[in-house]
Amino acid sequence: MMLLKMFLAFLGIGAVAFGGGYAVLPLFERIIVDQYEWFTRSELLDMLAVSQVTPGPIAINSATFIGFTLYGVVGAFLATVGVVTVPVVLISVVSVYQQRFKNSKAVQAIFRGLRPALAGLIFASVYTLSGDVMIDQWSYLLFLLFVLLLVKFKVHPIVVILLSAVLGLLIYWP
Amino acid sequence: MIPLFEREFVKRYGFLSDDEFYDALVICQSLPGVIAVNFAVYIGLKLRGRFGALVSALGVTLPSFIIIMVIATFVFRHVDNEYVVAIFKGVRVSVIALVFTAGYRLFIRHRHWYGVFIAFLTFTLVAIAYVHPFLVIVMMGAYGYLTTKIAEVVRHDAS
Repeated sequence: MMLLKMFLAFLGIGAVAFGGGYAVLPLFERIIVDQYEWFTRSELLDMLAVSQVTPGPIAINSATFIGFTLYGVVGAFLATVGVVTVPVVLISVVSVYQQRFKNSKAVQAIFRGLRPALAGLIFASVYTLSGDVMIDQWSYLLFLLFVLLLVKFKVHPIVVILLSAVLGLLIYWP
Repeated sequence: MIPLFEREFVKRYGFLSDDEFYDALVICQSLPGVIAVNFAVYIGLKLRGRFGALVSALGVTLPSFIIIMVIATFVFRHVDNEYVVAIFKGVRVSVIALVFTAGYRLFIRHRHWYGVFIAFLTFTLVAIAYVHPFLVIVMMGAYGYLTTKIAEVVRHDAS
């Protein structure tokens, strides 16, 4: 039963995972952390970090990770299949009516609302996730440094994560 | 990932023409899901039907599927180690920074009042009012549809 619940959770996440990347985070938080309490916010962040340094899309990687941690290989398989099922079905349907979809005024109108909403969703996650993470002055200092490196100097995300691991170890040395 | 797709599928193998590639990109970005997987399925479907779609979907997800499982086996095993705890205290901050940067990049592309309003409304509803993100996504799609339609009707009446 729990396996089915998890599959359905990821099926639902996949169905509205517009933008594919971090815009799915609020859904992950709400369903996986708040609703089912499978993981804490900090654990979710740890899995995201690992998913980010691993090749492959973050949404898929974190689904695999969460499924595997919960129910082993079967869980990993079901979570991954769950998250891609609705998009794959939609692609198959839409590719048949490709021209009509591309020129559709209705689709364009819907996306006029959806695209900026994705930015709002991502910022919402920054807000709700940071509570457990921004624990002292160091975290704020590191946050500013990392944003500067990413936005201004276009440093690769993997480099920033590796740097944060080294700095974390040095700052919070036991 | 997109430039990689273009190099392989358009330039190297010639599976798609430039126009077809652009059309595919628009469709794959507009539908829910990860672009890489959507794209793979689209190309597989186009070249070899349903079986092709299945094969390319497997091809694009299988490597990370295996790698993630291998890594997952090791990561949470050492979670009680003090040094690992220290490392993840730093790493979590970098993930927040990454997420923030992704939001910022999307946001600056929609700096017109309409986009800023929707982004702000979405943030408030999800983060402050604790409305389910699922509902908010549907609401914002509907909002985009309705406002565009109303603007069309108004323009039509004026002319």
